[in-house]
Amino acid sequence: MTRSERQQALEAAAGERILVLDGAWGSLIQGYRLTEADFRGEHFRDWPVDLRGNNDLLNLTRPDIVRDIHDRYLAAGADITSTNTFSSTRIAQGDYRLEEHAEELNREGARIGREACDAATALDGRPRWVAGSIGPTNRTASMSPDVNDPGARNITFDELRAAYREAVTGLIDGGADILLIETITDTLNAKAAIFAADEVMEQRGETIPLIISGTIVDRSGRTLSGQTLDAFWVSVRHARPLAIGLNCSLGPEAMREYVADLSRAADAAVAVYPNAGLPNEFGGYDETPEEMAGTIGTWAREGLVNIVGSCCGSTPEHTRAIAEAVRGLSPRTLPAHRAVLTLAGLEPVEIGG
Amino acid sequence: MTAFPEDAGVTDEAERAVRSARFVNIGERTNVTGSARFRRLILTGDFPAAVEVARQQVEAGAAILDVNMDEGMLNGEQAMTRYLNLIAAEPDIARVPFMVDSSRWPVIEAGLRCVQGKPIVNSISLKDGEETFLARARTVRRFGAAAVVMAFDEQGQADSAERKVAICTRAYHLLVDRIGFPPEDIIFDPNVFAVATGIEEHSGYALAFFEATRAIKATLPHVKVSGGVSNVSFAFRGNDAVREAMHAVFLYHAIAAGMDMAIVNAGALPVYDEIPEDLRVRVEDVILNRREDATDRLLEAAERYRRDAGAPEVPSLAWRAEPAADRIAYGLVHGIDEFIVDDVEEVRLISAGPVNVIEGPLMAGMSVVGDLFGAGKMFLPQVVKSARVMKKAVAHLTPYIEALKVAGDRSSNGKIVMATVKGDVHDIGKNIVGIVLQCNNYEVIDLGVMVPAQRILDTAIEVGADVIGLSGLITPSLEEMAYVASEMQRQGFTLPLLIGGATTSRAHTAVKIAPNYLGPLVYVPDASRAVSVVSRLLAGDSLADETRIEYDHIREEHLSRTETTDRYPIEEARARSAPVHWEGYAPPHPQQAGITEFRDYPLADLVDRIDWTPFFQAWEISGSFPQLLDDPVVGEAAHQLYEDAQAMLRRIVDERWLHAHAVVGLWPANRRGDDIEVYTDESRTHVAATVHTLRQQTSRERGRPENIALADYIAPADSGVPDYLGGFAVTAGDGIDARVAAFEADHDDYSAILLKALADRLAEALAERIHERVRTDIWGYATDEALDNAAVIAERYRGIRPAPGYPACPDHTEKRTLFDMLDAEVRTGITLTDSFAMQPAASVSGYYFSHPDARYFGVGRIGRDQVEDYARRKGTSIGEMERWLAPNLGYDPRRR
Repeated sequence: MTRSERQQALEAAAGERILVLDGAWGSLIQGYRLTEADFRGEHFRDWPVDLRGNNDLLNLTRPDIVRDIHDRYLAAGADITSTNTFSSTRIAQGDYRLEEHAEELNREGARIGREACDAATALDGRPRWVAGSIGPTNRTASMSPDVNDPGARNITFDELRAAYREAVTGLIDGGADILLIETITDTLNAKAAIFAADEVMEQRGETIPLIISGTIVDRSGRTLSGQTLDAFWVSVRHARPLAIGLNCSLGPEAMREYVADLSRAADAAVAVYPNAGLPNEFGGYDETPEEMAGTIGTWAREGLVNIVGSCCGSTPEHTRAIAEAVRGLSPRTLPAHRAVLTLAGLEPVEIGG
Repeated sequence: MTAFPEDAGVTDEAERAVRSARFVNIGERTNVTGSARFRRLILTGDFPAAVEVARQQVEAGAAILDVNMDEGMLNGEQAMTRYLNLIAAEPDIARVPFMVDSSRWPVIEAGLRCVQGKPIVNSISLKDGEETFLARARTVRRFGAAAVVMAFDEQGQADSAERKVAICTRAYHLLVDRIGFPPEDIIFDPNVFAVATGIEEHSGYALAFFEATRAIKATLPHVKVSGGVSNVSFAFRGNDAVREAMHAVFLYHAIAAGMDMAIVNAGALPVYDEIPEDLRVRVEDVILNRREDATDRLLEAAERYRRDAGAPEVPSLAWRAEPAADRIAYGLVHGIDEFIVDDVEEVRLISAGPVNVIEGPLMAGMSVVGDLFGAGKMFLPQVVKSARVMKKAVAHLTPYIEALKVAGDRSSNGKIVMATVKGDVHDIGKNIVGIVLQCNNYEVIDLGVMVPAQRILDTAIEVGADVIGLSGLITPSLEEMAYVASEMQRQGFTLPLLIGGATTSRAHTAVKIAPNYLGPLVYVPDASRAVSVVSRLLAGDSLADETRIEYDHIREEHLSRTETTDRYPIEEARARSAPVHWEGYAPPHPQQAGITEFRDYPLADLVDRIDWTPFFQAWEISGSFPQLLDDPVVGEAAHQLYEDAQAMLRRIVDERWLHAHAVVGLWPANRRGDDIEVYTDESRTHVAATVHTLRQQTSRERGRPENIALADYIAPADSGVPDYLGGFAVTAGDGIDARVAAFEADHDDYSAILLKALADRLAEALAERIHERVRTDIWGYATDEALDNAAVIAERYRGIRPAPGYPACPDHTEKRTLFDMLDAEVRTGITLTDSFAMQPAASVSGYYFSHPDARYFGVGRIGRDQVEDYARRKGTSIGEMERWLAPNLGYDPRRR
């Protein structure tokens, strides 16, 4: 299928059923017990800094493992698989002095995902989609790194925009069907990513659907940069995304009310992929596939969601259980857009009405 | 988001609209073109005060904040960026959406790059043609903003109703049909122009605005209409009463016509109905263009309504005329204890019972104090004064409560057991935290200083505590806190544990304490944070979980860092010692070798030598002295505190509240390895004592090439150069306990803390003064030194006076040797606790080094090889040394 055929199929599928997004990458990669040498491969053998832990680099040095993880999630029932490119921006790769490889990491990450999806589709004829993962970077444009100077910033909108432009270009070149702007802690970073995606799409004359997914830090239900979820939606709605969502954050139980908030507010699909519970005292996650699938299945029956999956601490077993739990259930119906001027600071304000 | 307070007397639909959420007022005080004060603040770079302007606007009800930096003297892009970044950090302000307002497009783009929410751009227009208009509109869209579109085209600003409607209609279709701009994100501004200017054509301007508004709202679906209301009254500059009446009348009619929002100063807007009838009619005649002579009639009446400049000052005791409950609140907020007993008594006589007085007006007043403090509008010294008023009020009521045999169980928000841990005597910070918590209706059981772990835990069980708080200042207290935490874990506690005090840190708490205790654990950096931490912990929200996760990360990062940091083996580090040259250098011979003692050092001699900046820090007022006295935010609080401190200082000196003592020793000494041998006499044959020093081991990628130990500044024994080491101990705390006890008995914690903080400063001033006398006189190597106080504080003199337990010599146990050499306990009355804290707390001790190259440094983290070597030199076990040096270990002693 060509990209535009896949996109038509995606639109059609999203209207018919609840789509399943894959799960965690970090913990799976750990399971392969890779050494510094694995991360370096041949090409980066003499790289001056430690590279172990730079999971995205495996797109270049151990593509076999990246492919294996895609395959495992797709076999478990994922319709959409996210690329191993969460930290593949020039900014996040700065920690490893791999800025100049950012675009390549994205391109290769998307290419591996593409191959995995195409192979899975060739087996059973079901379409699969590659979502190019775009993380928040390790800097925030609207928060100060200096407690003594709240006006200070260690990254600007334009620096983010340039870095995201590179990432988006790589992902599209590599064959991504969707751009997944995820784990958003600062809406201004997300706005820079949206801006960049829009610029690249305009330049190339094609449209790639977006999934925009925020993260709330605690039970106040706000993003790290202080916005309520409805304010977050108001602030990114101009992207006209395929889906708006929540990922990571709290465990599924604690997320219900915020999923419901988004579901009420947004005239876009709702995507939710929580962590496998809250971290326990050892930093691990305890929620079993059955428990998670139970909660997510309830949301699906209540008509709150369109796309579901899982985040930190989850495994292909979680994906399998979630896919089973939502099989045959109808996706949430999108509410009609109300054409009323709505603005947002940390909270939304509707003007008149 | 209402423009006006809710009020009775709603007359008709328009008035209702004005008062409902349907009309939105946009704050204009953060606009340099609209507010002279804001312009001055921005031009002088006083951003903190400019941020307060925004806060006041939001508090006054502004639903949207207009920010404008269009001033010729300013770099608009920079000012816009800086200001938006600053207000983004204030949740009370950033709550509302912003309006990025500029006539210069690059300034608007700079603003949009700083806003995470959905703002309004003010403005775009067809002034420069369709191409520019649409390009800018696309950019607005990409940034996810709404836009004000002015009724302005290539021909100019529209003044007639027809042109206003025509331009807006054209713009609407370009935006909606050509580029898919959401119609609901368009806000038309059909131009408000001045009326009553004396020029005939202007008299219909307001009517034209109303008419255009009506047509736009009727024919262009989903759009909004806005306007800059103050333009309308431009002809009456200088007469605010008339201008405000014109604004109110204009708004009334504009809203009736369908205007949705306006830039107005909500605080200065009379209610339409309350405008004097005569004035309102004349204004309405002008606005609605109802009579030929409308302008003349308004001009004629205007003088009668001109407001007198400068309202009379409110007499300072006017508040005494208020009802007693209000007087109590006033006294609490302003920290005035003069009348509190009378006021409380008055309320008690008419109350159902004495407890009602506490739970009624007193708690209400304290909650105002808590709110103001939480909002950053009151500062610590003021809050502590409020607490003093509260305590005096409660003390007055207590006998009545006891007489009624009412159980003393007032309902509180929770019980907190607090203590300075065993071995430590420092409690200023802990006491302040206790007071702040009490102000917020927490019951604080303060166990005082040097409290053993078991007593803290037993008390917590006995009183049914909800939280335990530990404090300490010296580094060994860090270990003691870790021990308390491990005991809590062993004894099955699950209570939240708070960690605070000057040497504690988030990293220490995460790395050293968190692994010992699985219950909720939070590091509290300052008193202002304490209340929110405690209330969140007791509410059982996610703070404990978040903190646990955060600490896990910090610990992990810390471990990976300590493991990867390069450290030289100690022998190699020694080879890299400070390059001090001894050939051709003769260390100065002391004028007065041996011991010099000062009993009852005159305090008057110290007052001018006080370094005030740390004094203010103790009260959580940051900034340098004396500039902080003029700070727009904290200046007032700082000034009051300074005055109180000066008044108390005078009494300390005049009434001899405190006594200061000092002892100095200067001894023959030479270096042997990293140790300094102190000899009994100039023959240098008998070692009287050995001072052990620690050496830096960290290798730095860049920066200093050497690894220093204090011993480097003393001539080696084999050099044959006769050198000397000095030592000192001073205190300004003799007599403080009785005074503090008297203040506490009088429920006056403010004065108790003030006295402790001043005694600390006097001790530091004494240490500084004695060091000066050592340099110029006792040792006498700088006889011609002439430095003012600022230069002394900046340490611009030869030689150093490092203190055991501080960065250059972090081993507190060395204080024992120093004290023995000086016979300090006998000569000054200072004693050492188990953890080598000095008691009284207002004491300072240390060494003197005279070498011109000597400077302060931090030993930093050291390796196991040095600790082993050091323990051997000191004749103690490695485990013992690891315990005392825990904060400096560059390795995990548990991993062998």
